[in-house]
Amino acid sequence: MKQKFNIISSTCVPLPLENVDTDQIIPARFLKATTRDERFFGDNLFHDWRYRSDDTPNPDFVLNNPTYSGEILVAGKNFGSGSSREHAAWAIAGYGFRVVVSSFFADIHKNNELNNFVLPVVVSEDFLKELFETIYADPQAIVEVNVPEQTITNKTTGHSEYFELNAYKKHCLMNGLDDIDFLISQKDKIEEWENKAAFK
Amino acid sequence: MARTLFDKIWDSHVVQQIEEGPTQLYIDRLYCHEVTSPQAFSGLRARGLKCFRPNQIFCMPDHNIPTHDQDKPIEDSVSRNQVETFDKNVTDFGLNYFPMMHPKNGIIHVVGPEQGLSLPGMTIVCGDSHTSTHGAMGAVAFGIGTSEVEMVMASQCILQTKPKSMRITIDGTLSKGVTAKDVALYMMMKMTTSGATGYFVEYAGSAIRSLSMEGRLTLCNLSIEMGARGGMIAPDEVTFDYLKGRAYAPKGEDWDKAVAYWKTLKSEDDAVFDKEVVFDAADIQPMITYGTNPGLGMKINEHIPCVDTPSFKKSLDYMGFKEGECLLGKKIDYVFLGACTNGRIEDFRMFASMVEGKRKADHVTAWLVPGSWSVKKQIEEEGLEMILNNAGFEVRQPGCSACLAMNDDKIPSGKYAVSTSNRNFEGRQGPGARTLLASPLVAAAAAITGVITDPRELM
Repeated sequence: MKQKFNIISSTCVPLPLENVDTDQIIPARFLKATTRDERFFGDNLFHDWRYRSDDTPNPDFVLNNPTYSGEILVAGKNFGSGSSREHAAWAIAGYGFRVVVSSFFADIHKNNELNNFVLPVVVSEDFLKELFETIYADPQAIVEVNVPEQTITNKTTGHSEYFELNAYKKHCLMNGLDDIDFLISQKDKIEEWENKAAFK
Repeated sequence: MARTLFDKIWDSHVVQQIEEGPTQLYIDRLYCHEVTSPQAFSGLRARGLKCFRPNQIFCMPDHNIPTHDQDKPIEDSVSRNQVETFDKNVTDFGLNYFPMMHPKNGIIHVVGPEQGLSLPGMTIVCGDSHTSTHGAMGAVAFGIGTSEVEMVMASQCILQTKPKSMRITIDGTLSKGVTAKDVALYMMMKMTTSGATGYFVEYAGSAIRSLSMEGRLTLCNLSIEMGARGGMIAPDEVTFDYLKGRAYAPKGEDWDKAVAYWKTLKSEDDAVFDKEVVFDAADIQPMITYGTNPGLGMKINEHIPCVDTPSFKKSLDYMGFKEGECLLGKKIDYVFLGACTNGRIEDFRMFASMVEGKRKADHVTAWLVPGSWSVKKQIEEEGLEMILNNAGFEVRQPGCSACLAMNDDKIPSGKYAVSTSNRNFEGRQGPGARTLLASPLVAAAAAITGVITDPRELM
């Protein structure tokens, strides 16, 4: 948590499925926790795909395949749809991912990742397709995510793309600041708004 | 520039625009439940903060609570701990609270509108994606994560990037047997689960106007299932009639002033939306889903399409269905009526009208779960409970129940459930459970015949 962002170079874990919803990222029965124990959530990341019904690891699931590892999860389009549960972002962070790459993210989950210092990087369909091909051809392939420059580079092919990140959030990610630090410093402006709105 | 309904509400809540960053938006109403709030409360404690505007925060447990014997302690100790932690947090921070068994308790997205807490022109958030429901009142309402819940508790504000605008217009008359749920499932089939991602949707057109308040709530509830940030409907006489006299709605002179303001809440004629989508009401029929996301639905008498992607094949494998299959006549095991989608009085009226004078199929287990105590009371008062009991159904106590199976109401692995809830994701209603999303009429027809049935055949 709150690990400052700069340049991340890592191998990747591929998950080419589309429409991965937050119920799959962390099933509802793990939401009964009342603490923010990232290790607990990380241990249960993708639980029902990762473990069989007898709780033994499912060897067909990518997180159980020692060939693939790294700080970057590469996922099919529309990642994180469905429930707003932030536990999904805690699970991704708790497992050790710092970046999730996809061609499309669901809105709420994208915000949840950012609020937990996991960077969602939106790339084009073509870039994503090539990236999956690169990872499957060479699981040791390196991807570089440069936050100051807002670029992601497939080091194998040399292809690079710019990604969106607003200046405010970039500043927060690079300096380990969160939105609450900012908001509680704005009390005067909030009270001013309330006084103006009171006439309505 | 001519403004949309969304623009009007958004603009009036901007505290400040952060340069090259998000908007700081003032929030009128924060709703909290037991699942997505504990870490927000501990965050406040860790920072030594109180809730900035406790009067604007309303709390009620709904996800974990059992749907029977709510007067007794919750049997599942982990669920009990979460609800007890919530009790303590809400009390410690001095927030408005409708605990278990309180006459105003129920599913947040049912209680907010029915108590007059969710009003036109408001900004409303909750750590729950189905907060989009409240948009039916003519409000800007959207789901947020727990860090954002903490932000709102600490400052009554949130940092958000303004979404793009989309208008979905449906004109015409809805056919027999077509409910708001079918309209939503139809839209999801057409738009896919990501078709509205990045957008805030306004629903318009004569078919939308013709919906009751309950129907509008169902429709807006499902906006998130198309990926939309939220969905809303401009307030009109239907909205005002629904709200008048509700517990927290304005009274007397305040009511008149409020209505005068609410009447200004509509998109101007020449307002421009980033995207316009139009559907024909006549094309909508009773719907059912066959896959593992809400966009994988079809008209109930159609055949499952053929789509050559690994995700689609995985989905059909999970459901035990084949491409080209028609689901009519397929045996089902469970029926669930309820959830923030279809747990309102009108849903119970529809279900009861379909089963009146008939008998539940013996092999079907049916869970009928009102969305709130107020709905449950009305079911009794209107004589619906008697009709349901005579047909072999029992009305349970309110809560989220089998929609996401955080309490004991779990569909067993491999079993088929026709469910009026909002999500058919893998394992959503219990590990291995197979969910077919549908309207209360389709659910009632299946409960009677024991197989997937076109409800129009029984009407």
